[in-house]
Amino acid sequence: MDSFFSIYVWPGLIMVAQSLLLLVCLLVFIAYILLADRKIWAAVQLRRGPNVVGPFGLFQSFADLLKFVFKEPIIPAGANKSVFLLAPLVSVTLALATWAVIPLNENWVIANINVGILYVFAISSLEVYGIIMSGWASNSKYPFLGALRSAAQMVSYEVSIGFVIVTVLLCVGSLNLSDIVYAQKDGLGTMVGLPNSFLDWHWLSLFPMFVIFFISGLAETNRPPFDLPEAESELVAGYMVEYSSAPYMMLMLGEYAAILLICSLTTILFLGGWLPPLDIAVLNWVPGIIWFVLKGSFVFFLFAMVKAFVPRYRYDQLMRLGWKVFLPLSLAMVIITAFVLKLTGWA
Amino acid sequence: MGLQAIFFYLFAFIAVASAFMVISAKNPVHSVLFLILVFFNAAGLFLLTGAEFLAMILLVVYIGAVAVLFLFVVMMLDIDFAELRSGVLQYAPVGILIGLIVAAELIVVIGGSVLTPDAARSITMPIPNPAERTNTAALGDVLYTNYVYFFQIAGLVLLVAMIGAIVLTLRHRTNIKRQDISKQVARTPATAVEVVKVKPGQGV
Repeated sequence: MDSFFSIYVWPGLIMVAQSLLLLVCLLVFIAYILLADRKIWAAVQLRRGPNVVGPFGLFQSFADLLKFVFKEPIIPAGANKSVFLLAPLVSVTLALATWAVIPLNENWVIANINVGILYVFAISSLEVYGIIMSGWASNSKYPFLGALRSAAQMVSYEVSIGFVIVTVLLCVGSLNLSDIVYAQKDGLGTMVGLPNSFLDWHWLSLFPMFVIFFISGLAETNRPPFDLPEAESELVAGYMVEYSSAPYMMLMLGEYAAILLICSLTTILFLGGWLPPLDIAVLNWVPGIIWFVLKGSFVFFLFAMVKAFVPRYRYDQLMRLGWKVFLPLSLAMVIITAFVLKLTGWA
Repeated sequence: MGLQAIFFYLFAFIAVASAFMVISAKNPVHSVLFLILVFFNAAGLFLLTGAEFLAMILLVVYIGAVAVLFLFVVMMLDIDFAELRSGVLQYAPVGILIGLIVAAELIVVIGGSVLTPDAARSITMPIPNPAERTNTAALGDVLYTNYVYFFQIAGLVLLVAMIGAIVLTLRHRTNIKRQDISKQVARTPATAVEVVKVKPGQGV
């Protein structure tokens, strides 16, 4: 019986506690990311943004949360009830499930699995189901149009995201997310004789892929300028039209959790994860989690700025960019990288 | 009974139950959603046997891409349920026959590996120790060195299929205005704008 406890129960309890802690931190972080998104957007347009609830509007997201929870959920009469309610659940669960393998610091990861990056890729490719299901189950034309757009869009951009990931994997030689970060300890900077610094990270050596990944990340998470599934000028709110109160909140939560995931994935793949930007004592004392959060927030800042000043793409332009520009470019980069690595013997 | 056995029976039970729901659900969209659940549990079963790469590929390819398009198509179809139901008895014998063939093949395969468990090891590559070799690397080695020609040929077959699909659906229609992005980008004020001095009372 003792061994039963030490093998199954304690590790299980510890894992549950870790997951809960991560979830709570993540949800609070998402609340502030949402606020930051609105504040940055407001600042670009010379507005104040939310500034009423709490000092500088800091509690706005929590007020919104309460509002959503206490409102009445309305299910349209023609909706497919079970799928209608399942869709927000699917979208939130999948978006949060991916965080199990994200290393926030050295050894700070709930499940350090060998195929970590594939797991992230697999789960994020499932996120489209939340949107398709909600669009179909609403039994209304705008949500359905939004869902159809989103299905085509997310499948298209996943292809180039996949090739970007393959390039990074070729350079690293492992599918483990922690190994990907370790591999960025030395790189282009150390090759020319500089000490360990931010020049070693993949963003410099794989710069075209960094750009492709960032833009595909925008499309994959339905962020402006690729927010056609919920384009308010054409589809009211796309797949979310028929949703209200808590289910609506869950759709939003899933969307922002996915955005945060893409930000942290960019950090891990291209910006050196938890590594400090320069290998000097003062910066090494700062815990890795701080660097991780700072880098992730920086990527999110870019996301928010893009939302504020890039106009929305037309749908055929979106498809053209995905299939005719990014796909050949990333495919070519995979081949070039493989040849360079093979001929120079770096990997 | 270890944790692994519990999870095996959990995944297997859900997979079989949702496979049954795939064929018995009234709404075809529900059928596809149950099919996705079957794939998901199959991925779980792969994970239990230690084939983590296959599990993830199953998720990425089948659930993330194939089933999405499948769902896409089924949602767009306007299906008459009454007509769909009427043909059940007519097609039942064929279905039963196919089911029997698949069952017989499964029995042969499983029975063979139960009777002579070493046969599988002797005819294929030696199986590396999973502790020192990740199955991603092992699969990559086998596919890209030993079976590289077969792998390339399989890729070519898919390429031909893809080109065939495009050729079949491509129509060149004339008299349609299309956007030519390079032409738009190449436009300069010199080629696009003409400055005209207009005399009062005359017009251009």
